[in-house]
Amino acid sequence: MRYLPNTDQDRRAMLAAIGAKDIGELFADIAEPTRLGRELNLPAPMAESQLRAHLGSLAAANATVNDYACFAGGGAYDHYIPSVIPHLIMRNEFYTAYTPYQPEVSQGTLQSIYEYQTMIAELTGMDVANASMYDGASAAAEAILLAMATNRRNQVVISRGVHPETRTVCKTYTAGQGVTFHEAALLADGTTDPASAATLVTDKTACLIVQYPNFLGVVEPLAELAKAAHEKGALFVVVANPISLALLRPPGEFGADVVCGEGQPLGLPLGFGGPYLGFFACLEKYQRRMAGRLSGMTVDTRGQRAFVLTLQTREQHIRREKATSNICSNEALCALAACVYMSVMGKQGLREVAAQCIQKAHYAYERITALPGFSPAFASPFWSEFVVRTPVPPAQLQSALFERKFLGPLDVGAFYPEYQGLAMFAVTERRTRAEIDALVSALEVIAR
Amino acid sequence: MNRLEPLIFELSAPGRTAYSLPELDVPSKDLSALLPPGAVREAPPELPEVSEVDVVRHFVRLSHLNHGVDVDFYPLGSCTMKYNPKINEDMANLPGFAHVHPYTPQEAVQGLLKLMYDLQRDLCEIGGMDRFTLQPAAGAHGEFAGLSIIRAYLVSMGQGHRNKVIIPDSGHGTNPATAVMNGCVMVEVKSDARGGVDLDALRAELDHNVAALMLTNPNTLGLADENIHIIARMVHQAGGLLYYDGANANGTLGWTRPGDMGFDVMHFNLHKTFATPHGGGGPGSGPVGVKERLAAFLPVPTVEFDGQRYFLDYNRPQSIGKVRSLYGNVGVAIKAYTYIREMGAAGLKRVTEDAVLNANYLMAELKKHYLLPYDRYCKHEFVLSGNWQKNRSGVRTLDISKRTLDFGMHPPTNYFPLIVDEAMMIEPTETESKETLDRYIRVLKEIDRETAEEPDKVKDSPHTTPVGRLDEITANRKPNLRWRKDG
Repeated sequence: MRYLPNTDQDRRAMLAAIGAKDIGELFADIAEPTRLGRELNLPAPMAESQLRAHLGSLAAANATVNDYACFAGGGAYDHYIPSVIPHLIMRNEFYTAYTPYQPEVSQGTLQSIYEYQTMIAELTGMDVANASMYDGASAAAEAILLAMATNRRNQVVISRGVHPETRTVCKTYTAGQGVTFHEAALLADGTTDPASAATLVTDKTACLIVQYPNFLGVVEPLAELAKAAHEKGALFVVVANPISLALLRPPGEFGADVVCGEGQPLGLPLGFGGPYLGFFACLEKYQRRMAGRLSGMTVDTRGQRAFVLTLQTREQHIRREKATSNICSNEALCALAACVYMSVMGKQGLREVAAQCIQKAHYAYERITALPGFSPAFASPFWSEFVVRTPVPPAQLQSALFERKFLGPLDVGAFYPEYQGLAMFAVTERRTRAEIDALVSALEVIAR
Repeated sequence: MNRLEPLIFELSAPGRTAYSLPELDVPSKDLSALLPPGAVREAPPELPEVSEVDVVRHFVRLSHLNHGVDVDFYPLGSCTMKYNPKINEDMANLPGFAHVHPYTPQEAVQGLLKLMYDLQRDLCEIGGMDRFTLQPAAGAHGEFAGLSIIRAYLVSMGQGHRNKVIIPDSGHGTNPATAVMNGCVMVEVKSDARGGVDLDALRAELDHNVAALMLTNPNTLGLADENIHIIARMVHQAGGLLYYDGANANGTLGWTRPGDMGFDVMHFNLHKTFATPHGGGGPGSGPVGVKERLAAFLPVPTVEFDGQRYFLDYNRPQSIGKVRSLYGNVGVAIKAYTYIREMGAAGLKRVTEDAVLNANYLMAELKKHYLLPYDRYCKHEFVLSGNWQKNRSGVRTLDISKRTLDFGMHPPTNYFPLIVDEAMMIEPTETESKETLDRYIRVLKEIDRETAEEPDKVKDSPHTTPVGRLDEITANRKPNLRWRKDG
């Protein structure tokens, strides 16, 4: 067995050194009624070539964004992933390391986390960022816990424009804490109703959460919403798309207290939903309540600049039941991928990706809404994702497009019962004019 | 010695680029026509401006400053730093898995759904459970989901007042933190002289408020709890449930199963037991298994099979909801699935036998030089104390660990579990050879000699690593968590 180097001779020698007569003696303390007493019922083992054939056939039974032009979004986006990223994150010293508890032999991980933290803080316009969380939805849930710990309040106002799955995760995460949720309504233009938010946010509200751009693709007017939160002493939490922030004014400039979100667009494969990356940034005044790991700069005994996990007294392995969160493992390698992505794209490239998204999305939007029967659902500014009313039910449209090798649009009615008959298209920089034109032609035919 | 590396921001030069994008092939509009006034970002984020060569060399040089399983021995207790098979990585990276959008029509992701379904079935068999979900992204995340399921079940049974979670003093820090996140009250029970749960202490806590006992077995001392079936009966009789923390499941495969021990809910750490890499801290995966009576409370969606097609079931009214978006760390699940398929039943049993053999061999040799507080056969790991060395020359466990780095090996987990003074928790795993174990024994013997004869050499270590010990106090008092352009 190739991963088990012990030979029978080794085993005998080790048993002799231990003073045990056989391997079973080492398991003698397993309580008799709990012993399995039979072999596990698992499929027969496979050699590497057989694994490759078996997994290859399972992989072949899935539709990929290489074979289908992807116009599906809803939180997971088909951006181009530069070749550099897999090469670097598959460096053995990175991916076979554990959490950097021994900084003397973990400077690679620690420095890259510090660089990642800096990039996320820059992108969001915030002071500090942590080393990562599980995904965008759980990061939003952690933002609620931070807000509750900060102002000792237990109500949350969340915009209906926040991804439905994120809203569900927030509720599940805080179910044990006696939190009451209120949903701020959306206006007919798809933005969060500031009057609704202002009414719902009270002096019992821990935080107001909005998404930017929101689930429907609409760029929320953050200034008014920030005001609604801050007037009542609630924290303002913005769940953002990281790539959009290279082009859109960052939430930090609108007075956000926490900016978090799904980091998948930053160089991570779609991967049927994971592993992804929750990014989390906040103002400095909250940093000691922030959950998750933090890499900080310091010096070593030789006077060299170096990095170390810091503020660990927030964490479960030190504080146990008094920790800010139970999070231990995070998504470190995904954060490294995002760090490499942001290094490769750089100041100019990330802006250009964001700019190509908005241009291509608007090109697609104008062409699609010019088709008979298709009309804009929300007359609001958007970045790379938009919603249209369709002449055929969106689910039917989706299947017909799928047959023609297009993925998407999403059926908004499947996420929002009140939005039946609406379809949402996502257009990233990867889509070409030819693909968009072909999509438009297909829509024309399907709707005819 | 590897040189330290500047920050990527310090390599930046205005105008230098590493990206490659096609020309925009649609008409370009002025941003002011697309977005309202004030919506466009004025000051760009200070991201680096570097070439592709700069990026590659920077991160390759950073990697040289790291220790990983692929570099050398990594006996970090309770973390199961076993070798990560390369075929697993290749399989997870197949385009048919890696480049699939999560909202692709279910008919067009049958391969992925089948893999997830079959992995769940195999985890049920290995854990002795009835149903599994792959949604939790890590062990602690699984604990949270599992305890939420227990709470939801108790509420459904009219037992919502039960909010006490019992955790042994040897438990992982995530256990009490999880209990509190779930709105429960945590009580600690002490361990007995043999390292198991003290039955009298447990009995004293078993009242009508008990929601659950969270237990790791083998525990963090590396010891199988000899009374586990009695413990399970006691907790169940009191109306509580049992949660199995799967961090140490590498000591059980094919020999005993959490479900057969009496646990109602459990998680596996795929990144420990099932050989997926730790990635410098993640991504992990913490699938949660339950007995049938708790299945209704699993997070949505579950992966189901109707005899013809696999599908995602969201229609589960008693579900706790979701602990993360979508379906979990599927990429990690693919690696674990590949591993289980390669090993088979006999292979997995051999994994545990060799893990336990390696640990007992190390323990038998090292107890001649270091205090072994619980001297009985261990499972996949064991805990030594550095007290002999501390009392002899003031050398602490931390010093011994730092000195280990000079020999190119990673130290054990230090100062955990909390019930052992100067703890060194050592988990060799099954993928290490006797030669490696013998080398480690020689290193720890040599360090023991040094603590007696030249203690300063140990106290001042490490000597050969890229950086020396770090000033953690300043890092905590004046946190510097990011670079700024203006310093």
